[in-house]
Amino acid sequence: MTTLHAEQATNKLPHEPEKATLEGRNKILGFWLFLAGEAVLFGTLFATFLTLRNQVADGPSASELFSLPITAVATLILLVSSLTSVFSIQAMHRGNVKSLLTWLTVTVLLGLGFLGLEIYEFYEYVTHYGYGMTTSAFSSSFYTLVGFHGAHVIFGICWISLLIGQVARKGLTVVTAPKIYVSAMYWHFVDVVWVFVFTVVYLLGKVVG
Amino acid sequence: MDWLTTVDHKKIAILYLIAGGFFFGIGGIEALLIRVQLWKPMNTFVTAQQFNELITMHGTTMIFLGVMPIIFAIMNAVIPLQIGARDVAFPFLNSLGFWTFLFGGLLLNLSWFMGGAPDGGWTAYAPLSSTTYSTTHGVDFYTIGLQIAGLGTLIGGINFLATIITMRAPGMSFMRMPMFTWTTFVTSAMILFAFPAITVGLVLLSFDRILGANFFNVAGGGNPVLWQHIFWIFGHPEVYILILPAFGIISEVVSTFSRKRLFGYSSMVFATILIAFLGFMVWAHHMFTTGMGPVANALFAIATMLIAVPTGIKIFNWLFTMWGGQITFNTANLFAIGFIPTFVMGGVTGVMLGSAPADYQFHDTYFVVAHFHYVIVGGLVLGLFSGLHYWWPKMFGRVLNETLGKIEFWTFIIGFHLTFFLQHFLGLVGMQRRVFTYLPNQGFDLMNMLSTVGAFLMGVGVILFLVNVVITARKPVGVENDPWGDGRTLEWAIPSPPPEYNFKQLPLVRGIDAYWKEKMAGNKEMTPAEPVGSIHMPSPTIIPFVMSVGLFIAGLGFMFTTDDFGNSFLNFLFNNYIVVIIGLGITFGSMIVHSLYDDAGWHIEPEEIDGKGAEA
Ligand code: HEM
Ligand SMILES: [Cu+2]
Repeated sequence: MTTLHAEQATNKLPHEPEKATLEGRNKILGFWLFLAGEAVLFGTLFATFLTLRNQVADGPSASELFSLPITAVATLILLVSSLTSVFSIQAMHRGNVKSLLTWLTVTVLLGLGFLGLEIYEFYEYVTHYGYGMTTSAFSSSFYTLVGFHGAHVIFGICWISLLIGQVARKGLTVVTAPKIYVSAMYWHFVDVVWVFVFTVVYLLGKVVG
Repeated sequence: MDWLTTVDHKKIAILYLIAGGFFFGIGGIEALLIRVQLWKPMNTFVTAQQFNELITMHGTTMIFLGVMPIIFAIMNAVIPLQIGARDVAFPFLNSLGFWTFLFGGLLLNLSWFMGGAPDGGWTAYAPLSSTTYSTTHGVDFYTIGLQIAGLGTLIGGINFLATIITMRAPGMSFMRMPMFTWTTFVTSAMILFAFPAITVGLVLLSFDRILGANFFNVAGGGNPVLWQHIFWIFGHPEVYILILPAFGIISEVVSTFSRKRLFGYSSMVFATILIAFLGFMVWAHHMFTTGMGPVANALFAIATMLIAVPTGIKIFNWLFTMWGGQITFNTANLFAIGFIPTFVMGGVTGVMLGSAPADYQFHDTYFVVAHFHYVIVGGLVLGLFSGLHYWWPKMFGRVLNETLGKIEFWTFIIGFHLTFFLQHFLGLVGMQRRVFTYLPNQGFDLMNMLSTVGAFLMGVGVILFLVNVVITARKPVGVENDPWGDGRTLEWAIPSPPPEYNFKQLPLVRGIDAYWKEKMAGNKEMTPAEPVGSIHMPSPTIIPFVMSVGLFIAGLGFMFTTDDFGNSFLNFLFNNYIVVIIGLGITFGSMIVHSLYDDAGWHIEPEEIDGKGAEA
């Protein structure tokens, strides 16, 4: 089935199928705008975190909590997943559905790996350090910022998985292509936000204190 | 059913108008109750608690659920027509935006029946809005209701941005866009950058209240002034989100009824953009008295006063447009002309408040109340009435009654100035804002009484408008394309109300005021930019409605998670987040359904086009 679609795709689809229709172009533009809004959203969360990051009340502080090796691994995983998502778009442009699906699956798996590390991290904080949402203003802003990012990762995983199913069923068309493209934009955005989280939350907390 | 599933921008406009009008009515009743309580000293008409709930809900309802949706109604009705498009860029999202607004608004107003409305002021300042000082679920209704409604606004903003960027008719460059389209564009950009901030603010406040977080709780290291920063970095742009569309309406109306091109078109565009930019720089002028220090106060004061410059440019351009024009004084234009001096007065008191040392005197007095009502009611609401009278024939195919319209205008504007002009002086002699009563013989008594009388006069003006609408609805549909005879922009080139597909053939735009230009060249119609062909239309869908219901359920579920219902089944449902999960399940489930079944839409074929009559 997939090979059949791959052939169809190379025969009939334009080079950039995501931009072939007005709907597709609108979707991409609309999504850029949405990401601008998301940037403000995370900007506000970061500002909140920066205001409150030393307000630890009676709870633990950043330097007591964070373990850089784990977060560094998480960062690496997420960055690689951006790369694999680029590969999937390249596969799409070649019209190679099989390789598209493979790279999308790898991206989802890496996302799951990241999520696993994050859940482990939160679990450790809560059980070993008694560090929860209510501990201090620092903890509230930490869980809200990092949690918001985590929720974005979960959403992305579900979304891309759904698209994998759709492409496997309907093939690569001018309807599915914009969806894939847009989800890849989303995934890159989530990764970029994580780079800021890693710097502002973990590096700053551990190194500067 | 048709109305629950529609994705047509013209019908969504009517939905916004009805829902916004409904909430505007509720907000108005709340305002009158406030004025009744204050009409004499030591009044006991309502209790202090009820008074706090009334002022909170009045402000919140008017801004988020009254005027914003009516602005969206006019934008939806007009923008696609003005730019020569068949619909907005995302019809599905357009409908979703409406339904989330409506269900958010309903959720917020449910608070009246479920144990108490929010009572911390429309600004919900911490710690007043904390569980320590606000013990009912009122503020939870505020945070969650506004969150859901705000989602709708954000969606609407993105939709208008994309629509204006990609759907303009051939030949309509940015510098040929009508002024109302321009202000909608800039307003939408402001929505995009302002609303995510309040989204975060509302999340933080709900987490404090429901999950026991410490953002604004000093004992846990939190910072109440942080709330003010987040609120106003959204809140100040928000007041310009409200006023810019009114500027756009005034520009259209004044130039149409002066039979002249808008004076200084490009400076108007530039001023609009500059106002939007500066609007983001001045939020802390609401916080002069929080102890930011003289340097910050001075900087924010200067930035604030800068806004008066582009605003002044606009005022003079409107005056120069009228200068030497053939002015028609009909209702739409009366409202527009009434807007100009009224808004100037609001601007002047704004500059007074923007002077930090003076603000230490004015802050939290009735002077501030007078200021913002001059800009919001005297500016925006007059603008909305002007726009509604102007575009009513386009939306409904019937012209509103002129005699009644003029009576409406005079009652409203006299009532308005009576109500709020006096409040400047109430503030100057020391009456504080947000007090539920006052002692006699402090110089407050007479002015308060007159202010209440004025408020009722305004109420009469609004009722007369409704009477006008009802009377007009009895008339048969059937005005021509251009009932004013002086229409300048594209919406007047097509039938009133427009057919489902708006334009049979997309028009070719050859200059500013595209339709006027063709008329001057002796043409009766726009030159088409494409042959008659089959028109693609999106299918109606119930999914946006269902998604919003899901959010509504999830919101209710979330706010009661920590309650003890004294009923083990209910406790089980709410305390384990089951209701939240069901609600979100409905929302995400319908999203998945939407994404799985691609909407192929349908076509109106050339043979059918002439048969398809107007509908509204
Ligand atoms: C030249 C333009 C303007 C200036 C310089 C200005 C300045 C100010 C200042 C300094 C305050 C704070 C007063 C205080 O709380 O002590 C204020 C309050 C307010 N202004 Fe303006 N303003 C201007 C235009 C507008 C416009 C166009 C709107 C709305 C459409 C508006 C709506 C408001 C509102 C709602 C408040 C009160 C907020 C509250 O505390 O509840 N203003 N203005
Ligand atoms: Cu302001």
